[in-house]
Amino acid sequence: MIRNDVFQTLKPIISEHLVVCNIGAPSQELHAMDDQPSNFYMLGTMGLASSIGLGLAAAQDKPVVAIDGDGSVLTNLGTLATIGSNPHGNFTLLIIDNGSYGSTGDQPTYAGMKTDLAAVAKACGTENVQTVSAEDTAAAVQAAIASDEMTIIVSKCESGNVKVPVIKTNPIVIRERFMEEVRR
Amino acid sequence: MATEMDHQIVKDLKAAGIDYITSVPCKQLAGVIEVLDETPEIMHMPSNKEDEGMGLCAGAFMGGMKPAIVMQNTALGVVVNTLATLIQFYQIPLPMLISYRGEVGEPVACQVEMALHTKAILNQLHIPTYHFHKPEDAAELPGILEYAQMASKPVAILCDASFWRASA
Repeated sequence: MIRNDVFQTLKPIISEHLVVCNIGAPSQELHAMDDQPSNFYMLGTMGLASSIGLGLAAAQDKPVVAIDGDGSVLTNLGTLATIGSNPHGNFTLLIIDNGSYGSTGDQPTYAGMKTDLAAVAKACGTENVQTVSAEDTAAAVQAAIASDEMTIIVSKCESGNVKVPVIKTNPIVIRERFMEEVRR
Repeated sequence: MATEMDHQIVKDLKAAGIDYITSVPCKQLAGVIEVLDETPEIMHMPSNKEDEGMGLCAGAFMGGMKPAIVMQNTALGVVVNTLATLIQFYQIPLPMLISYRGEVGEPVACQVEMALHTKAILNQLHIPTYHFHKPEDAAELPGILEYAQMASKPVAILCDASFWRASA
């Protein structure tokens, strides 16, 4: 299974929840599959989906799912320390770990080599860290949303993208409708 | 040891409704950070790098809080992309309380290098910039904080060594 296959299994589980999604192919695939006002798409900055998700989870009580990638987490590795030291039970970080930079031509990442992001996350202080197969990801995310404990899920899937259009929605529209969902 | 100015700055932040602050420390900001940690009305969540901090602030803002970031001017070399493609692109109000290292009174030569680029970077990004050089300049802070919210923009408040020394 590639990222987009995992997304298909996640659709019924995350569709109603606040989702902060990683830049590039992940946001584009999520947008093409199930565009929701409760999705915040990162259009520009690499590596900050987990940070935005944590800030959002700290600021309000609704469950927040941040969807990040192994390459993006590596670009902002300090985020795992901040998350580990500031646990918020309503926060779930899903790291789609396909061992590659999917948006730029599937170049390999260090997570696909020697680096174990789940071990890093654990060492950074998050108690509930799970490494799951692509097939088991949806069930793990569903359980994490339902639980009161902050969870980091590393979903091991295959490298690859599907052809979907870029997101043309105005960024202020994305933010405004997302904030309306937060307030709802 | 926090000074009266450090307390006044945090008091102004609080009065402006700022309730979420992330910080990366600087010697000049130690007093402000100390007071922040004693201020229960403000959630203080330190970050490891300033671009990460701006991500946290964007999330806190969308969650209904009023964020600000406390950082050193050298970090402007880190956050150009984040300012342009996150904070400005999504129009997120973000007061940036910035220690202005490398100005007159600076003991570390290397700090001068980024001081030379500080206002140029802010200018290039069209970020409203205020420079606190004397203690009385800080009287503008409440107005600046209100202005950032009104404009939905990042706003830079540069506080140099002379400001901190005269405020001690």
